[in-house]
Amino acid sequence: MHPAYSVLLFTTLSGAGYGLMILLCLFGVAGVISSDPVMGLLGFGFSFGLVTFGLMSSAFHLGHPERAWRAVTQWRSSWLSREGVLALITYVPAGLFAIGWITMGDTSGVWALFGVAAAVGAVLTVYCTGMIYQSLRTISQWHNDWVTPIYLLLAIATGALWFNALVLAFGEGRSLFTWLCVSVLSLGMVAKFGYWHSIDTGKALRTPGHATGLARLGTVRQWETAHTQANYVQREMGFQIARKHAHKLRVYALLAGFIVPLFLCLSVVAMEEGRAAAILAFLAAAVSMLGMLIERWLFFAEAQHVVTLYYGAESA
Amino acid sequence: MTSLPESSSGKKLGLVIDLDTCVGCQACAVSCKEWNTTGHTAPLTDQNPYGAEATGVWLNRIHSYEVSPGTHGSGGMTVNFPRSCLHCEEPECVTVCPTGASYKRAEDGIVLVNPDTCIGCKLCSWACPYGAREYDEDDGVMKKCTLCVDRIYNENLEPEDRQPACVRACPTGARHFGDLGDPESAVSTLVRERGGFDLMPGLGYRPVNKYLPPRERRVGADTELAALKPADTGPGAAGDRVFRWLDRALSR
Repeated sequence: MHPAYSVLLFTTLSGAGYGLMILLCLFGVAGVISSDPVMGLLGFGFSFGLVTFGLMSSAFHLGHPERAWRAVTQWRSSWLSREGVLALITYVPAGLFAIGWITMGDTSGVWALFGVAAAVGAVLTVYCTGMIYQSLRTISQWHNDWVTPIYLLLAIATGALWFNALVLAFGEGRSLFTWLCVSVLSLGMVAKFGYWHSIDTGKALRTPGHATGLARLGTVRQWETAHTQANYVQREMGFQIARKHAHKLRVYALLAGFIVPLFLCLSVVAMEEGRAAAILAFLAAAVSMLGMLIERWLFFAEAQHVVTLYYGAESA
Repeated sequence: MTSLPESSSGKKLGLVIDLDTCVGCQACAVSCKEWNTTGHTAPLTDQNPYGAEATGVWLNRIHSYEVSPGTHGSGGMTVNFPRSCLHCEEPECVTVCPTGASYKRAEDGIVLVNPDTCIGCKLCSWACPYGAREYDEDDGVMKKCTLCVDRIYNENLEPEDRQPACVRACPTGARHFGDLGDPESAVSTLVRERGGFDLMPGLGYRPVNKYLPPRERRVGADTELAALKPADTGPGAAGDRVFRWLDRALSR
């Protein structure tokens, strides 16, 4: 599958943005962190920035961005539409909660309700993002039960890393937060291993014999291409640059996405709270974003669409 | 509305494609392009059409496959394989559409895209296992086979022309158009008699279009072929034996 930059950016950035939003809302409502207005402004500003940049970049990759509003109409059947609707709805309670926090320093009472609603909205939005991919029966590597949990775990993991950097910078760090990062990152890594194991050993893939319905006559292979130049179907669904580097990219994704951030988090735990800890926590968040970009790219590169069977692929 | 129509008329218009008689001439593909670049989906744009890297939107693609070994153990068989929208009964390309631009008509089951509301997100093309949808880079919207909806009901055309352009163009009668929801229609009879099949039925899209398998090759065809081989063994005329000895000598 062709990995559009807009989609890679959208899913990784908005994932982190929603993860950060979830933690700010939940810990803010629980009163575990102070409602310092500057921290609220920075935290929500960054969260909204990530989410909005992601949404805008995915809207601008459309053939007709000016019609994007139509995408909220088909929530009855389409996961993409549901994602759009939830993303827009979530702005409302999240915005109100942020206003209460920043202008009045109040995260209780009715403001707390907004906070909880925003956290629920953010979880559901990321869930829909995962389901857009998981619901596609045409791509066995995506039509896999690990996909949506991984989208959720990685969104919360990257969000937790940014959250940790933020609270440490404001002198409100707690080992609880760093251990939260370590737990969610570890869970994410385990899930990623589970996913890779599942797609590597999964059920037998289809062959050109299945695609053409001619399997009972013998082994089917492409004899002559249908056209001399690649068409849209081949460029979009048949894209496989990087698939041959999948093993290397898995290692890079693991290192940058999980192992280095885990190591940095453990160093933060071992340290006295202070500027150095905040810098390490910030580094952990930044490196994990790079890892998530690699992971997302790989998610596309390893996806084999069944239509490629008509174009010479031996299995998909 | 991208939810599928709840009640349908029972009419399922579609194509039956005979893989036995298709000769892979591409006439249907050309005719499709010609009609549809001025019809419902107009234009079907091309990029760099006269350059080295010509590319563009076509709604019908004709592949060629080799099947080996043949059912009679005698080498392979070449099968020409036209591929276009199958107007599925469970078209996930429709249900994934976030805008309602993709829809399946309740009255005849044809799957269409409204080019005025399509946002060009391409998700429908990801959801189609059959590669039936091609994105128009210039138009910014998705294009697909309309089953020539602008021909089949068009009373300005002669009755014999009220069928899809590909069917009208096929010189070998390998493409048949009709109502696959009516068990007594000519196309349904053809599917029954020839063992017509669905492409990738396991995916659950329930295609309306059917494919007819290549017929069994003639029994004894191999023996006849063998008879045409040069006689290089066994007794023959004296002259033949000389040539055979020369052949062996030169082979050393």
